[in-house]
Amino acid sequence: MTSSTPTLAQAPDSLPPHAATGGAPPGDLAVWVFIFAELLAFGVFFAAYAFTRMRHVELFDTMQLTLDRHAGALNTFLLITSSWCVARAVHAVEHTRNGAATRWLAGALACGGGFLIVKGIEYADKFGAGISLSTNTFYMFYLSLTFFHFMHVILGMVVLAILAVQTRRGDYRPGHMNGLESGAAYWHMVDLVWIVLFPLVYVMR
Amino acid sequence: MQYKSQAVAKLYFIAAIALFAGQVLFGLIMGLQYVVGDFLFPAIPFNVARMVHTNLLIVWLLFGFMGGAYYLIPEESETELYSPKLAVALFWIFLVAGALTIVGYLAVPYATLAKITGNDLLETMGREFLEQPLPTKLGIVVVALAFLFNITMTVLKGKKTSISTVLLLGLWGLAVFFLFSFYNPANLVKDKFYWWWVVHLWVEGVWELILGSLLAFVLIKVTGVDREVIEKWLYVIVTLTLVTGIIGTGHHYYWIGTPEYWQWWGSVFSALEPIPFFAMTVFAFNMVNRRRREHPNNAATLWALGTGVMAFLGAGVWGFLHTLAPVNYYTHGTQITAAHGHMAFYGAYAMVVLTMISYAMPVMRGRAANSNRAQVIEMWSFWLMTIAMVFITLFLTAAGILQVWLQRFSSTPISFMQAQDQISLFYWLREGTGVVFLIGLILYIVSFFVGGDEKPAQA
Repeated sequence: MTSSTPTLAQAPDSLPPHAATGGAPPGDLAVWVFIFAELLAFGVFFAAYAFTRMRHVELFDTMQLTLDRHAGALNTFLLITSSWCVARAVHAVEHTRNGAATRWLAGALACGGGFLIVKGIEYADKFGAGISLSTNTFYMFYLSLTFFHFMHVILGMVVLAILAVQTRRGDYRPGHMNGLESGAAYWHMVDLVWIVLFPLVYVMR
Repeated sequence: MQYKSQAVAKLYFIAAIALFAGQVLFGLIMGLQYVVGDFLFPAIPFNVARMVHTNLLIVWLLFGFMGGAYYLIPEESETELYSPKLAVALFWIFLVAGALTIVGYLAVPYATLAKITGNDLLETMGREFLEQPLPTKLGIVVVALAFLFNITMTVLKGKKTSISTVLLLGLWGLAVFFLFSFYNPANLVKDKFYWWWVVHLWVEGVWELILGSLLAFVLIKVTGVDREVIEKWLYVIVTLTLVTGIIGTGHHYYWIGTPEYWQWWGSVFSALEPIPFFAMTVFAFNMVNRRRREHPNNAATLWALGTGVMAFLGAGVWGFLHTLAPVNYYTHGTQITAAHGHMAFYGAYAMVVLTMISYAMPVMRGRAANSNRAQVIEMWSFWLMTIAMVFITLFLTAAGILQVWLQRFSSTPISFMQAQDQISLFYWLREGTGVVFLIGLILYIVSFFVGGDEKPAQA
């Protein structure tokens, strides 16, 4: 019996990182409440899009063709890559490699920046063509959804930048990951929303 | 009481309760005028009674918020108020200005009031809730700025906590958005557009921050739950409020001449506005369930829990009821709006001020809590006012549904005044429950004068 004590004491190090928290999701509960609210907001907007499209299928299909799918696909690739970078960063900190983690976060930020540039070019093209929220129902949805998401990318990048500074400073280490994991979870949410938004608005017919 | 200067809050709380009583009296006058059209005419016409009713509400809540801040800020900052003298002076200035304004409303016709107070110089009058004459509006700005200066200086020289930061954010927001009451473009669409920046961004924006911080403060005091836990909740609530509430302004832009996308933006975001209120309810109950001490002031705990529930019902549920554009197309400006307005203002803002008063007043009078006898009477007043408000809301909702049907939805719609006749039964019922509310309020005031075995102040 006594021999089991040291084993237990060692257990947290040998277990996969998240198992030590007793099955609770990584990061702070508060950030999950926030993520839930964000997903609900986008969810309601997606549902509104779907129901409205049902009533104007032809308009939506025609207008969809005016979007730049390649730009959308490139942006999907950029965001998924950035999410992967963030996951690698969390993994690196779990193995006390904060230098590598900082570089991964910088990579994620670069991908996020790339997203903003591509999206900016798309917007410039549309606004240049005189398109606005009042052009038609499809563009009302396209501009609203992508713009709200755009703002979330910016907010997420601010969070990632703060995390990168903190990680570099050594604020995070195994067992002290709360802030990093919370920010990472938020960034994955930003990515997730786009993964639904892109096929829904750009591709699905 | 930990800091002597907190005592200035007492003045503010007493004035708040007195003005609250005035508000309820004018509510009853108006309620009767709904069914007995010429009651008190021409001494107090309906439009004047309504103006006094709503303006008194705003003013007494402002007194309550300021009193709450004067009590809360020194204790959170762990230092005396920057200038208690300024706080007392501002109190009298604000009270006299407020009283003169009300006298002005009652003594002379509104057009005359506008003329003699210089509305020609800068036209700001004549808009719902912002009826105050120019000098009063300027007075509000001066008082608000001096008040903010006083409490901000206090926070700056003392400890900075999340609760005081959120409260400051809310109060500064209150002052900043009030400035839009001076902007009155000739274009009616723009006028309404920015009018809501005061009205909506107050009650569904920055006031919620004030509400959250006052509630968090009282909950820390009565439950003894760790500050970290309570502050985390406060941040979540603040974020949810701003995420939903700011663009939620769009639910006022459906039919005023703004572009159509507001129907979508307003519907989607305001549909989520109940979430922060729901979080507040869960927060209040969760903290009380996890309490680590039995505070002798049970009445304050009851008010705090009541605020959580009633704010969610009144602001959250009754707001959602008519917030979606296709629904609002029919319900806009009917008694449904009145139902929502009553329960939301009572549940969120009246109740949080009463929570604060209930907690702070005994402390300022040198005891941790009032005697059992006084608390029992206060709890009776809680239940009478709250249940009365629930029924006022239900009767107005019934009246509103009928009104929508008779006047707008049926295949043979009737005129506004004909519809009003048809729903008069509900107005009578509302007036009856209004009297019950007044009895509750009288009991509330009585509870301050009941003695007994008062709980000594805590060491």
